[in-house]
Amino acid sequence: MKLTGAQILIKMIREEGIDTIFGYPGGAVIDIYDTLAKQNDLKHILVRHEQGAVHAADAYARANKSVGVALVTSGPGATNTVTGIASAYCDSIPVVIFTGQVPTALIGNDAFQEVDIVGITRPCTKHNYLVKDINKLASVIKEAFHLASSGRPGPVLVDLPKNVMQTEIDFKNPGKVSLKSYKPNYKPNKKQLNRVVELIQKAKRPVIFAGGGVILSQASKQLTSLAKIANIPVTASLMGLGAFPGSNPLWLGMLGMHGTYRANMSIGNCDLMIAAGVRFDDRVTGNIEKFAPHAKIIQIDIDPTSIHKNIKVQCPIVGDCKTALKGILQLMENKIFNENATWLDQIKAWKDTTPLRYDQGKKIIKPQFVIEKLYDLTKGNAIITTEVGQNQMWAAQYYHFNKPNHFITSGGLGAMGFGLPAAIGAKAACPDKLVVDIAGDGSIQMNIQELMTAIESKIDVKIVILNNQYLGMVRQWQELFYDKVYSSTDMANAPDFVKLAEAYGAKGFRCDRPDEVESTLSKGLNSKGTIVMEFMVDREESVYPMVPAGEAITEMLLV
Amino acid sequence: MKTNRYLLSILVDDEPGVLSRIAGLFSSRAFNIDSLSVANTTEPEISRITMVTKCEPHIIEQIKKQLNKLINVITVNDLTDKKYVQRQLALIKVNAQPEKRAEILRIVDIFRCKIVDVGLFHYTIEMSGNSDKHDAIISLLTPMGIIEIASTGTIALARENGR
Ligand SMILES: Cc1ncc(C[n+]2csc(CCOP(=O)(O)OP(=O)(O)O)c2C)c(N)n1
Ligand SMILES: [Mg+2]
Repeated sequence: MKLTGAQILIKMIREEGIDTIFGYPGGAVIDIYDTLAKQNDLKHILVRHEQGAVHAADAYARANKSVGVALVTSGPGATNTVTGIASAYCDSIPVVIFTGQVPTALIGNDAFQEVDIVGITRPCTKHNYLVKDINKLASVIKEAFHLASSGRPGPVLVDLPKNVMQTEIDFKNPGKVSLKSYKPNYKPNKKQLNRVVELIQKAKRPVIFAGGGVILSQASKQLTSLAKIANIPVTASLMGLGAFPGSNPLWLGMLGMHGTYRANMSIGNCDLMIAAGVRFDDRVTGNIEKFAPHAKIIQIDIDPTSIHKNIKVQCPIVGDCKTALKGILQLMENKIFNENATWLDQIKAWKDTTPLRYDQGKKIIKPQFVIEKLYDLTKGNAIITTEVGQNQMWAAQYYHFNKPNHFITSGGLGAMGFGLPAAIGAKAACPDKLVVDIAGDGSIQMNIQELMTAIESKIDVKIVILNNQYLGMVRQWQELFYDKVYSSTDMANAPDFVKLAEAYGAKGFRCDRPDEVESTLSKGLNSKGTIVMEFMVDREESVYPMVPAGEAITEMLLV
Repeated sequence: MKTNRYLLSILVDDEPGVLSRIAGLFSSRAFNIDSLSVANTTEPEISRITMVTKCEPHIIEQIKKQLNKLINVITVNDLTDKKYVQRQLALIKVNAQPEKRAEILRIVDIFRCKIVDVGLFHYTIEMSGNSDKHDAIISLLTPMGIIEIASTGTIALARENGR
């Protein structure tokens, strides 16, 4: 079968079971776009900025438990993807990015729209390729998908010179991928698993700490069983929310800088921590020296570099979270585990004395109240994406995630502008789900142009803007640590978001009264199409608890 | 904490960009490279990198794991605590005034080096050996006036068992 490079590309993407890609055309990829127009197998969603294409692909991957794909042109198209790639890299999300490149004969000549995108993205991709030889195209694409989705997942970039896309060859399907230097270790060491069971049996104050790795390896079920069988309370990183049901009595809430009092205190006092799929980011650990000072730590991770990187652990387990947890559950059969009653009572006391709290008065809307109402109205079933800042933290604290793959946020990079394109990607993957972007007034303006994408592609997303007229999270730091010098964080000069929504062809609703929050949400969520709901919230509300940077996580500022 | 000298022998795919991936890893994670040498092996698609790095013991573990994580790295062999042979090659151009020539030749002889270029007022000496020998000859020649030195990084191979 004779195929051009562009045809091979589309065929190989389809063979991965992917039906939708996100992209933006240009000279270097014009042949690919021509080929796309002449087929019906692969749907292409035209974004309005290449950063949006990668965030959308990222969220598509997370919502769909598959790989996301972005396609962009050379030069500025490629450089515009870098933030999206870096975000996917920090969060270990399987995304494959195809970038156009100038023809091979021009590479290195500073040609028009030539950039060394392979060089630029080397430190923020799991791996990347420049395909100079059409005969290697199919196998490189296959390898790219394999690398992106196996082991510790991550973004892989493939740079495609224009002439390679135009050349026709006799297409042969590449066989299975086999890389001599890449064999991720899924199977944990059995001896170590036995040790885990012993440690659990001996522990008096155990805690499970779940991270994004649990969601990536689809191990929520096993994690939940482990907690229930051995009566172990569970906390999670921002990336781990949804790995354990938020409505379960063993749930502690999120850990870290804006973690709940009981989660942070539990880590400060536990004698055993079972950490699964976490990398001990500084936003979670606070002062490393004072992190879990009384605990033996078990760490399960597929990436050996995550182990002993920030935190010394006593029982490292290299392997896939799901495989490891299954193994542990098997070894636990017919064994007796402590009730941990005293420990669970202590945790309950922490919860009772110091819960998450805010006071909703009659006049001004509290942002937390909006999220709580959103949770009630959606019964916790919506896929939530977020922007970055206070809006993101309140979403994490007040929306209780009962299922994995329902909370999609830029965790490691914290890229403002993530939420809207991510909502579009998630909705493209799960058209039957309600998808809500919880946004800040600052962040939403970073990729607001993607409203047009949603409207054009009839991908209905709901956007809840918590408008505090500030870059609120930065303002909060300025309030607490910089003598209230609100340098460059006042966002009162803003567009009229309702009119802006209408200008794009969406609908917009504004709400500034607490007693109308519920009805506004209800109207917005139940209206067809893409809807912007703007809530004018208390300008100087802050996120609490808060652990000042560098302090122990048990040293929290409370409301 | 105390830093040690580590000697790594790394097999990598012989592809463009591999060296930059390794150098990038070291610079972005603030690891330091003391010396580096890259050359082909008998297998056409594989190169060997010999690297010397000085760091704390827990850092070398991260370095090895991070190197292994690179897709183009095939194996990382830490020779530090193994039996190995190592060599460094140096070309040393030294000031050779007539009254010093005899002494320089004596040093060259003791260290089993070679004179590879001679001029009216200089010798160029070829030295091969481990890094101690390298340092020793340099300290002896320094008083004569070293004009220039070019030297390679360390290269090393593990000894075969049964010796
Ligand atoms: C691209 C980018 N630029 C800057 C920042 C730094 N930053 C973190 S939170 C934040 C404020 C976000 O403001 P807004 O979207 O209104 O959210 P709020 O905190 O007010 O809820 C800023 C500027 C960032 N995270 N990302
Ligand atoms: Mg704001």
